[in-house]
Amino acid sequence: MSNVNLTINGQKVSVPAGITIQEAAEQIGAFIPTFCFDKDLTAPGACRICVVEVAGMRNLPASCVTAVAEGMVVQTESPVVVEARKMILELLVANHPLDCMTCEKGGNCRLQDYAYRYGVTGGAFVGEKHEYLPDSTNPYVYRDLNKCILCGKCVATCNAVSERGVINFAFRGFNTRIATFMDADLKDSECVYCNRCVAVCPVGALVDKNMMGKGRIWDLEQKQVTCTFCESGCNFNVNYRDGKVVGVTAANAAAGRPLCLKGRLGINFMQNPDCIEKPLLKKDGEFVAVTWEEALGIAPILEKLKVINK
Amino acid sequence: MADVTLSIDGQKVTVPAGMTVLEAAEKIGAFIPTLCHDPELSKPGACRICVVEIDGMRNLPASCVTAATEGMVVHTASPAVVEARKTIIELLLASHVEDCMTCQKFGNCKLADYAYYYGVKKSSFVGEQHAAPVDDSSAVIVRDTNKCVLCGKCVRVCDEIQGRHVLDFMHRGFNTIVGPAFNDGMGESVCVGCGSCVAVCPVGALTEKNMQGKGRSWEVTKVKTTCPYCGCGCNFDLNVKNGKVIGVTSNPTSEVNGRHLCVKGRFGYDFIHSSDRLTKPLIKKDGDFVEVSWDEALSYVVSRFKEIKAKDGSDAMAVLTSARCTNEENYLMNKVARVAFETNNIDHCARL
Amino acid sequence: MTNSIGEVKECDYLFVIGSNTTETHPIIAVEMKKAVRNGATLVVVDPRKTELAELANFHVPLKPGANIPLLNTMCNVIIEEKLYNQEFVANRTEGFEELKAAVKNFTPESYAGIIGVPADTIREIARGFAKAKSAAIFYTMGITQHTTGTHNVMACANLSMLTGQIGKPSSGVNPLRGQNNVQGACDVGGLPNVFPGYQAVADKANSEKFSKAWGVKQSEKIGLTVGEMMDAAHHGDLKALYILGENPMLSDPDITHVEHALSKLDFLVVQDLFLTETAMLADVVLPGASFAEKDGTFSNTERRVQLVRKAVEPVAGKADWEVIAEILTRMGYPHEYATASDIFDEVSKVTPQYSGMSFARLEQGSLQWPCPTPDHAGTKYLHQGKFSRGLGKFIAVDFKAPAELPDAEYPFVLNTGRRLYHYHTGTMTRRTKGLSGIYGEESIEINPADACKLSISEGDLLKVSSRRGSINVKANVTDRVPAGMVFTSFHFAETAVNFLTNSARDPIAKIPELKVCAVKVEKAS
Repeated sequence: MSNVNLTINGQKVSVPAGITIQEAAEQIGAFIPTFCFDKDLTAPGACRICVVEVAGMRNLPASCVTAVAEGMVVQTESPVVVEARKMILELLVANHPLDCMTCEKGGNCRLQDYAYRYGVTGGAFVGEKHEYLPDSTNPYVYRDLNKCILCGKCVATCNAVSERGVINFAFRGFNTRIATFMDADLKDSECVYCNRCVAVCPVGALVDKNMMGKGRIWDLEQKQVTCTFCESGCNFNVNYRDGKVVGVTAANAAAGRPLCLKGRLGINFMQNPDCIEKPLLKKDGEFVAVTWEEALGIAPILEKLKVINK
Repeated sequence: MADVTLSIDGQKVTVPAGMTVLEAAEKIGAFIPTLCHDPELSKPGACRICVVEIDGMRNLPASCVTAATEGMVVHTASPAVVEARKTIIELLLASHVEDCMTCQKFGNCKLADYAYYYGVKKSSFVGEQHAAPVDDSSAVIVRDTNKCVLCGKCVRVCDEIQGRHVLDFMHRGFNTIVGPAFNDGMGESVCVGCGSCVAVCPVGALTEKNMQGKGRSWEVTKVKTTCPYCGCGCNFDLNVKNGKVIGVTSNPTSEVNGRHLCVKGRFGYDFIHSSDRLTKPLIKKDGDFVEVSWDEALSYVVSRFKEIKAKDGSDAMAVLTSARCTNEENYLMNKVARVAFETNNIDHCARL
Repeated sequence: MTNSIGEVKECDYLFVIGSNTTETHPIIAVEMKKAVRNGATLVVVDPRKTELAELANFHVPLKPGANIPLLNTMCNVIIEEKLYNQEFVANRTEGFEELKAAVKNFTPESYAGIIGVPADTIREIARGFAKAKSAAIFYTMGITQHTTGTHNVMACANLSMLTGQIGKPSSGVNPLRGQNNVQGACDVGGLPNVFPGYQAVADKANSEKFSKAWGVKQSEKIGLTVGEMMDAAHHGDLKALYILGENPMLSDPDITHVEHALSKLDFLVVQDLFLTETAMLADVVLPGASFAEKDGTFSNTERRVQLVRKAVEPVAGKADWEVIAEILTRMGYPHEYATASDIFDEVSKVTPQYSGMSFARLEQGSLQWPCPTPDHAGTKYLHQGKFSRGLGKFIAVDFKAPAELPDAEYPFVLNTGRRLYHYHTGTMTRRTKGLSGIYGEESIEINPADACKLSISEGDLLKVSSRRGSINVKANVTDRVPAGMVFTSFHFAETAVNFLTNSARDPIAKIPELKVCAVKVEKAS
């Protein structure tokens, strides 16, 4: 496809026709916040936080669903854009529990990041707040709908795998929430705890239960590993604190492939510091750590090989 | 002084007599939270978050003001200790504003860290909240008494280290706050903006004004360097985010100054990214400066230097080097004079 | 400093003369306050009632330029009362008899008037200094920026040697250096009379040594100081000048003269962060890199060499050392360094005080020179056991009045200095929001008695003039300055006080008399 030329924040850029303003801005490093957008998922253009100002357009279009056009003049953080974003954040924060102090997502939360960037403390609107009980009935996912901003990425990623589709939007208006079939707890649903939803949640609504209380973004170091349990090659994050592995979390699914619980638990098992590194041999009723040579009974053979080598 | 041997969490430890239980615990790496304690300052033993259980003692003593004694058996995280700490945190949270979302201190806040560590989600105490206006009057420090936990470290550092005593406690009971005389704004007080209070504040009550909204502690890379102002030679950490210096924070390993700085060192870095900075060499053509490439500028400079040296001799050339630049640069300027110009005409502003 | 900053808090007797330490060296002032808290006696000698003066046990508000009378009368008392350290004087010094003779007439009674405190107070201060377990002198430009600057320093040294208050912890003579790397610039060859490491250029052995080290024949002729450069340029003898990170158009005395001199140059190159007042006059301006944009070292006032680490990329693409090395190379003297550490290695080869240092060592922690070998731990205080020249020499110095004193036409003494919130010519601090927010405008301090006489109120715009020029500046009516004196800083281009100051220089150190000149003050119409 041919290229189109446009101006973003005064900078001329030439990009392939058909890409979105959001993608074009990313190329020149111009910051645009996003909640509902994920490059691997269909863009619903729903959250509106990514709006930009385009000269000649009546409204502020959502940059994640607006294609670039020849001669377009875009401002990604002009006063009107900032005002619109602040308004969206005020509305979200108005109905958000302000317990960042102990929220697992604190430090790694888009709502918090953007509120900080735009100086939104949530005092503009005062109204009803949700008081859902957190769903803590299963061992893998802690779900707190009070913190959900309804971006829908969990729904999209769950539906991306044909046999899943465990969750979707339910109810209307202020009561809209993400629910399983019949609004059951996760443990009573079809959920297989692959944690795709946890990996994409931009806020603290979905949290990996195994990581709770183990530290926050600034306490942890992450290393990404590729799972070898099947041919899919999904990615997981191994989380270290003070050099020790404290848990494994879902990073992202391989294209078109599932993340799965088996992979996550399996890697957790391999990285487990309690994992025995040496074989144990029962001697006089007690296990004693020994070398592989001894455990396999091949020590005499190795000795002979060494002699021959010389 | 003689040594004493005590047991902390089942581990025997020998320390000099007179050392506190807190210091002894630190020696073996046992975690004890603290809010009002600071090794450089006097010890009020006020916040009680550092309480420990000691066999044979009636109460839970504050470890920061309890001396280690021979045979002492200390538990730093027994159920009674954890319960006491949780209650203290709950009481603190009961009147703490919930705006970690935008608080500059978040990520580096002891109250948030301890609440997370002890899993204190919500206070069981519901009551009055402070709603004092944020003191924005100083050009360098933001003071939000609503977030203050009254640990008093700012009061003590200002008095005991800086010798200025700008801050102190005022009022009584729930209304107790910390501030300058008459609760004036920091900007109207005799505060000189050294920011030592900011460096010791465990929460978001005192923060650097120029870092607000610029970045959070976990997003920055810290680079230890030496101050570019007076000859004291203080060290501090430049906080860098996305290739820009967004702030200065104390580095306790600094040999000259520890955590303490003056207003210039702590708050005087905006000039680095000033829009007035020269970004390209300039050559004056017909009385006006014209931007040129480095190559053009340097070849012009060198050709003129060579020309004048040949025509007027070495002693018609001189170098003014800089007391602001590094030793390496000054040494090279000395070589420009003595090797390239072949003159001893070199000086700098040592006399000014 | 002969001592270290860390020793200040252990001092028993602090004699601070001509230093507004809380504003110019805040962190050293913090250590002084610790000493006072520990029970030390603090003497502050300054015509102005500075913050430190208010904390002092004795504030000596001497008349501008009366440093030698004070120091000599102290020596007089100490000798008269036999309080001097006889063992130290006998074993470590020479010239005692000359000193004794020179200070004989400096009785407290005869000089109390210009010293500003009663004779008995002078005696008390002298006794305290002599008897203290550890007494240290701290001075800044209040001592040096006089036509008798060198003699003032010698008088300080006399007092320290006479009492044996030098060469031991927390006792010594401590000039507090005003700029981050003024010590280092002097250490590594930024002076006209010495090669790196204070090796005199006039000494044939040194010039031969450096000719060999650098491969270019070195001149034994002492070069020009900054003031002399201005004079030479003015007379047309100096044709080309390369200025790195300096702004003489604000910092040097008698700016009119400086401007005239710089304009007469055939070729002026200025390398700076900003288009400064000086850069405006240049033929070529090269963009500089700030401290955050380069690696290197600074040497602080206590001779401590510390690393400067690059945190961000240079705004103009090059660190200053890269630019200078390239100029050297293009001039025909190849200087190719991969890192600042390579340059430092060369510095340590030719600078004896630095020869045990390297970036690798400095990464582990700073070092105070002299540090002669790679296993030497550095030196906390100087002159232990022996002075650099062997015996310490007393040099008899006499009182000489400043070059320009008030008269009927110019009745005020103008004193200049710094403010806490700004630095030198303000190129950096005035571009900092926080600092300009606190102190955005300069004023001139004038005593209420004088203000009353001239019907001046706080905030009135004043016209202050000297024989060299005049400036308009707002009045700050305060008893921080004594009657007859006005004070302001040189940070602000709008109120550039150096249009007024006197470029008269000390004949030895060539330092200008920025602390005293005569001005008249009137309301600006």
